[in-house]
Amino acid sequence: MKLVSEFRQSELAQGLVRSIRRHATKEARFMEFCGGHTVVIMKCGLRQLLPPTLTLTAGPGCPVCVTDNADLDKAIALAKLPNVIVASFGDMLRVPGSCSSLQEAKAAGGDVRIVYSTLDALTLARENPEKSVVFIGIGFETTGPTVAASVLQAAQEGLTNYYVLSLHKLCPPIIKALLDSGEVNLQGLICPGHVSAVIGANAWEFIARDYGIPCVVSGFEPLDILQCVDMLAQQVARGEAKVEIAYRRGVTPEGNQTAIKIMEQVFEPAPARWRGIGEVAGSGLKLRPEFERFDAELNFEFDPGPTIEHKGCLCGDILRGVKTPPQCSLFRRVCTPINPVGPCMVSSEGSCAAYYHYGEENDG
Amino acid sequence: MCLAVPVRIKSIEGTEAEVEAGGITRKASLILTPQAKVGDYVLLHAGYAINIVNQAEAEQTLALFSQMSQLMEPE
Repeated sequence: MKLVSEFRQSELAQGLVRSIRRHATKEARFMEFCGGHTVVIMKCGLRQLLPPTLTLTAGPGCPVCVTDNADLDKAIALAKLPNVIVASFGDMLRVPGSCSSLQEAKAAGGDVRIVYSTLDALTLARENPEKSVVFIGIGFETTGPTVAASVLQAAQEGLTNYYVLSLHKLCPPIIKALLDSGEVNLQGLICPGHVSAVIGANAWEFIARDYGIPCVVSGFEPLDILQCVDMLAQQVARGEAKVEIAYRRGVTPEGNQTAIKIMEQVFEPAPARWRGIGEVAGSGLKLRPEFERFDAELNFEFDPGPTIEHKGCLCGDILRGVKTPPQCSLFRRVCTPINPVGPCMVSSEGSCAAYYHYGEENDG
Repeated sequence: MCLAVPVRIKSIEGTEAEVEAGGITRKASLILTPQAKVGDYVLLHAGYAINIVNQAEAEQTLALFSQMSQLMEPE
């Protein structure tokens, strides 16, 4: 496939790996924020190619994984309401909330549909005018504009049965919260490629400037990630901290202004709860007052029940980059992709799932 | 979750495009990339084109990788 296979050529990877080895003279820990990067790194065995001076740590960049139990319980409670169709991305269905999951709610008679896009959720609303369709809005800045666009479309069409449960989250505020906690010591940040395609590489300037941490935006093919690691290693070797792009075909410094405008027209920043991190001001998105009639939280009466955390599950620590999946006593023993305890084992981009599928038995 | 794949625009009608990748054709919304043209590659995420792929940059990056693999002698 064009623009994909070219960035997977092993002979070109070898040149990049040699360059990394030449530049990575100092010890450094880089965090790949995005779960999509973690999967590529594990699947392609990139960590094994790096010199011992470099360590890669997975970050909180998996929207499914960071959705906390209280918010999952809201989605599950909505699915139990009569005459409500819950439309969700497929990854969410098996994620265990406090006592149930969307999948279990569906098995118990709830109308839960997997959609690939908000466009499909709008179609469901048009085809089922006697029912209410609630789209479970999860995702970062990559997805936010697509959900905003669906709200504008519903408003334009006069659809009165389309709602969004907005659990959207924003990346720069959570990285700031992680760095402010002082729990993780980073010498470089592998910035998320498709979040940056929307918000632009300039959004990371404050990390380089205020925290002195080199930032490089990476694409999602193995060569992209190797180039990104090489650029970070070069910045570390030169004692620099600036924002660079290793994914120039997809990301510009300014981002996609049309997408940002649409997202900001419909949503405003709000506090959001992150699994393992807690509530972070300005790290979520809620519908603006003029779009309140699309807000599922304001338009339905439902009881999510008390929030219960899963005993022994280390997803929170793993999302903060302070533990790795093999350090969790449940990993591989109790918690598996068939019987997941925490979301990081469910999501295709969760660290635990990536380590389970592609890691070594004692990979830490 | 933030998965996006490069697809080529085959045709455009209003804000809807027919896009193709690896022999698979599907519909995509161009609402977030109104300047996209037929023949452009776009990053498709959850049914929407979220950005236009800069093909010149893609070629330059690949040329850089080729140079690096030639310059960097095996150890």
